[in-house]
Amino acid sequence: MSTLLRTQGLTLAFGGLIVANKIDFELSEGERLAVIGQNGAGKTTFINICTGLLRPDAGRVEFDSADITGLSPRHIVRRGMARSFQLPQLFLDHTVRQCLELAGMAREKRLPFWRSLSFTSDRREVDRVLELVSLTGRQHEPAANLPEGQRKLLDVAMSLMLAPRLLIMDEPTSGVSTEEKHGVMEIVMGALEERKVTAIFVEHDVDIVKRYATRVAAWIAGAIAADGKPEVVLADVNVRREVLGE
Amino acid sequence: MRPSLIGAAIAAAILLAVGFGFPWLKIPLILAFCYGMAALGIGVLLRAGQISFGHAMYACISGYTVAFLGSRFPGLDGLLLIVLGTAASIVAGMLIGAFVVRYREIFFGMLNLALSMVLFTILGKFYAYTGGTDGLRVNRPTLLGMDLSRPEFEGALLVLAILASLAVIWAVQRYFRSSAGQALAAIKTNETRLEYLGVSARKLLWQGYVLSAALCGLSGSLFGLSQGLVTPEMGYWLRSGEFVFIAILGGSGHAVGAFVGALLYEFLKMYAAALVSGAWQLVLGATLIVIIYFLPKGLVGLFSRRRSAVEGQP
Amino acid sequence: MTRDILILALLDGVSYAGLLFLVALGLTFIFGVVRILNVAHGSLYACGGYAAATLGLWLGGGTLGASLAALIGASIAVGVVLGTLLMLLLRRFQDRDPILQLLVTFGAFMIFEDLQRMIWGTQPYFVADVVNQMGTSEVLGVVYMNYQLLFVPGAAIAIFALLQWFLKHTLTGRQIIAVTHDREVATAMGINAKRIAYLTFIVGAMLGSLGGALASPTTSLVPGIGADMIVLSFAVVATAGLGQISGALLTALMIGLARSFCVYLYPELEVVMPYVIMVLVLLVRPQGLFTVAQARRI
Repeated sequence: MSTLLRTQGLTLAFGGLIVANKIDFELSEGERLAVIGQNGAGKTTFINICTGLLRPDAGRVEFDSADITGLSPRHIVRRGMARSFQLPQLFLDHTVRQCLELAGMAREKRLPFWRSLSFTSDRREVDRVLELVSLTGRQHEPAANLPEGQRKLLDVAMSLMLAPRLLIMDEPTSGVSTEEKHGVMEIVMGALEERKVTAIFVEHDVDIVKRYATRVAAWIAGAIAADGKPEVVLADVNVRREVLGE
Repeated sequence: MRPSLIGAAIAAAILLAVGFGFPWLKIPLILAFCYGMAALGIGVLLRAGQISFGHAMYACISGYTVAFLGSRFPGLDGLLLIVLGTAASIVAGMLIGAFVVRYREIFFGMLNLALSMVLFTILGKFYAYTGGTDGLRVNRPTLLGMDLSRPEFEGALLVLAILASLAVIWAVQRYFRSSAGQALAAIKTNETRLEYLGVSARKLLWQGYVLSAALCGLSGSLFGLSQGLVTPEMGYWLRSGEFVFIAILGGSGHAVGAFVGALLYEFLKMYAAALVSGAWQLVLGATLIVIIYFLPKGLVGLFSRRRSAVEGQP
Repeated sequence: MTRDILILALLDGVSYAGLLFLVALGLTFIFGVVRILNVAHGSLYACGGYAAATLGLWLGGGTLGASLAALIGASIAVGVVLGTLLMLLLRRFQDRDPILQLLVTFGAFMIFEDLQRMIWGTQPYFVADVVNQMGTSEVLGVVYMNYQLLFVPGAAIAIFALLQWFLKHTLTGRQIIAVTHDREVATAMGINAKRIAYLTFIVGAMLGSLGGALASPTTSLVPGIGADMIVLSFAVVATAGLGQISGALLTALMIGLARSFCVYLYPELEVVMPYVIMVLVLLVRPQGLFTVAQARRI
């Protein structure tokens, strides 16, 4: 499998606090990588650097063999790296359907200002994604009406509309009740499988990591402390003590 | 679409009848339509969650263009003057827009204000070109080649204003429902997400900004022609404040709101301003607060309770 | 240009910067905590000035003490009364769109403008006893009013120092800073954010009216000064960066000086100068001179 994402010597400090410490990392196409680590270990920072929200002090990011260091999120997204958020980022005044329609139009890189949004966007694609994340029944409600679990799904669905090659999800199950978690992950992973999307997801729940990840990377103090097969990483002494708190 | 077409035709007919039945109402009606167009320009920005306290400058730019070209080239037709005046505002909007769309909320509002104050000062100081605070006279041009008397000219302007307003409502409403218009409304709720969809919020806002400048420009050239005079007051912040007031009064949920707001405002000004002379601003300020409290979506909000704020279709 | 004009422009500029700073400080201080840009701040300035003049006339202004009492009494009274009114009004719009909140303060500004006109009329007010009582000094050959030379800039610096001390060394001050940084966390830590907001608003409002009161002996009070001041002090606040207190001091000095040099050298540009500075600064630094860019939490 070819390498999709690669970072070399990624370093970033906020004042005296090093939040990314010379991170070398590689991700191949088709992987399902779970990122684990305590709060403040630098997981979200890593995502923010890769997706262009933060610019590293040193090091580089490559996506699909091209250097994307320092590009804006907008340009990185257009190259096929999408992301979802720990706090869902939705258009709360728009309906669920409109959120997806806008995402669909964004992928086509055209936003005509004459023809109506609902006519221009790809109806069948929107219907399919709505189906995929089980939001068909609420498609005409404003996104603001959705409970947290469904907001997370809509957030992921908007990224899916972009037909990305890589989707980075920042804690897709946080804020979702324990009973719902598996349901949410089942839906999301099913959608990713169907669309052959490579994925990175930040996750705290060990059960979910074991079940859905093909690989695990453990973050400690701004660096990757362990990286490999789930059963190996989750059994690592250091990881058990520092990350899982056992 | 059908019911709204019929409604538009009826409203236009009534207003025309009022204008020609009571000739002294022609000018107030024309002014109301001018204010409506400008307020609609503010409404476009309101949908993106932005406010401008300086948009009267675009009305002013267009009005002065009309006055200047009209006196320099006396043969130019009124319609052409309107087009040229609006074009001048569009060009100014494109240039200024490229700068101000980098800012949001209060910065956006106050930068527009600052630029309008600069224009206001320049117009007042450079007497040789701008006539200073006295302003410039706008000569009455021909309309479609017809040389009209003052009353005929006013009548023709009223018809023109109504037609232009209908066209503008239709076009802007289409824009509101289009992909670009819906994405513009998304700037208000979540710019981060727009960026992460690969969309440039600045470019969207720039488009909206140019549209708003065009609407204010159209308003300004009609205003100049109907008044026969343009003064720096046209670009003063108080005028911008009036546009904002009308936009909030009418609501930005539908393009027609601005015109409903403007008609009501003009009507109030005619009757109430005399009653409470000296306290007119007080009345406006208090009304503004009351509207925001009870009708945050403006008058059109009353009719579209069922719809979400940005929904296009019923 | 002659040396005297240079010195005059410099002194005028410093004195004017003092006033501008006080008003801008109030504006930026309130913004830091309440996150609202209070357009009605211009009314506080105007009302502070009118109230000081009225109180000065009423007290007779026979002695320096009476004149100063008029200035200080007026700014406190106006700040507390109008500040409380505004706060009570804004509280009703707490969860609305930020632009709607802004418009509410704009509405309040319009109301105050007319009230002012009803109470004090349109004739200029001018009560300059205090200026005469403080006498003059000679600076490098130019005779200048002590009031503008020492008192106004001195008051501005003293208040700046006092505020800095208050924010750093008192419990309430630290709570204000905590609320400025993160309202949610501060509330979770048990800080009464409502009380802090109210306090900040009153202090900010008093700074605005104090600016007006201090300006009253040297400017003639006419309708419209509130509007001029709100845009000008906004220019200071935006150029410095919203919520930046020390930055506002430097920016006020910069804009005050630029303006007074314009008055002497290019009077036509006087009104435009602050905006030109603001636009130029924001072109290069969109967040203002002294703001450190922060990413939103997502």
